[in-house]
Amino acid sequence: MEIQPDMPIVILPAYQEERSIGGLVRSLRERYPYDVLVVNDGSTDRTSETAREAGAIVLDLPCNLGIGGAVQTGFQYARDRGYGVVVRIDGDGQHEIDDIPKVLEPILAARADAVIGSRFLGETEYRGSIPRIFGIRFFRFLVNVTTGYRVTDPTSGFFAINRRLVEFYSDHYPSDYPEVDAYILMHRLKARTVEVPVRMYDRAEGKSSITAFRAMYYMVKVTLSYLINCIRRFR
Amino acid sequence: MNRVTFFSICASAGFLLYILEMVRRRKLREEYSILWLFGSAVILVLSLKKDWLDSLARAVGIVYPPSFLFLVGILFILLILIHFSIAISKLHQMNKKMAQEIALMKEKAMDGASGDPSNGP
Repeated sequence: MEIQPDMPIVILPAYQEERSIGGLVRSLRERYPYDVLVVNDGSTDRTSETAREAGAIVLDLPCNLGIGGAVQTGFQYARDRGYGVVVRIDGDGQHEIDDIPKVLEPILAARADAVIGSRFLGETEYRGSIPRIFGIRFFRFLVNVTTGYRVTDPTSGFFAINRRLVEFYSDHYPSDYPEVDAYILMHRLKARTVEVPVRMYDRAEGKSSITAFRAMYYMVKVTLSYLINCIRRFR
Repeated sequence: MNRVTFFSICASAGFLLYILEMVRRRKLREEYSILWLFGSAVILVLSLKKDWLDSLARAVGIVYPPSFLFLVGILFILLILIHFSIAISKLHQMNKKMAQEIALMKEKAMDGASGDPSNGP
């Protein structure tokens, strides 16, 4: 099968998601004609088998690289196989797959290089914890001040990017917590970004790993690597 | 020769020989031994040449010359630790690249083994 230049592929990073990944892949395959790629980030459960049985292409990382490294592997796959557009959603069912066309449309119409789904545009039922909302506000401020983009949801993991960004991210993508950082990379590339309203749900399975310490680490690490990325040289 | 000088000479000479032996037996790569060798050589020389140590200590305003040796030692340790952090970061990057390559190659191999042959790149 020849891959068309504007053919989208849906990338789902997954770590220990055997319970949700199968159903998610199946509904994606039923609803859309796109290839579905699951990047299994070193899971020890049956994530890989379940995803493959459901009809996904599966990349098995031999060890856990963290979300950024996993997603980047997906970008590399898309780059190598010639896909024109990448849609990235979470493997745990937090994102509403009905919203995929909304995220794809501006790219297919060549109006944007990156489209980011925002849980804060339009009517929202998203209610995060207080530290999380605080973190989002902080990063929103950081991104808006440094890039001039009007961003409402800087930590959103539901987005679509075109070929140009896929190629760039294949070489340069932050290892953990990549979404905020990605804004400065896009700004450096003068990419056109658009936010569209999407629905996001709180985790069904209760294991959000945000403890106070991790939240602090997250803030410091992302802020540091964000600021470093402002002054870094990219070859 | 006072006791502290004697001890300092023995310790730095022993250390220097130990590092050399580790490199000779290939337990320590040359590139990681340079800082160790250089550091212990400096401390050895300063222990042997007491007047050098004294004048250096006086030049930076240290009253008790052996504490200048500590300072040199600590600075070398810091340098070596930074060197390690850089080496770890490099290894981390290489490790990530390799894991990604393996995942992509495994998929390619399975894609070639099963499924229709037209499905390859």
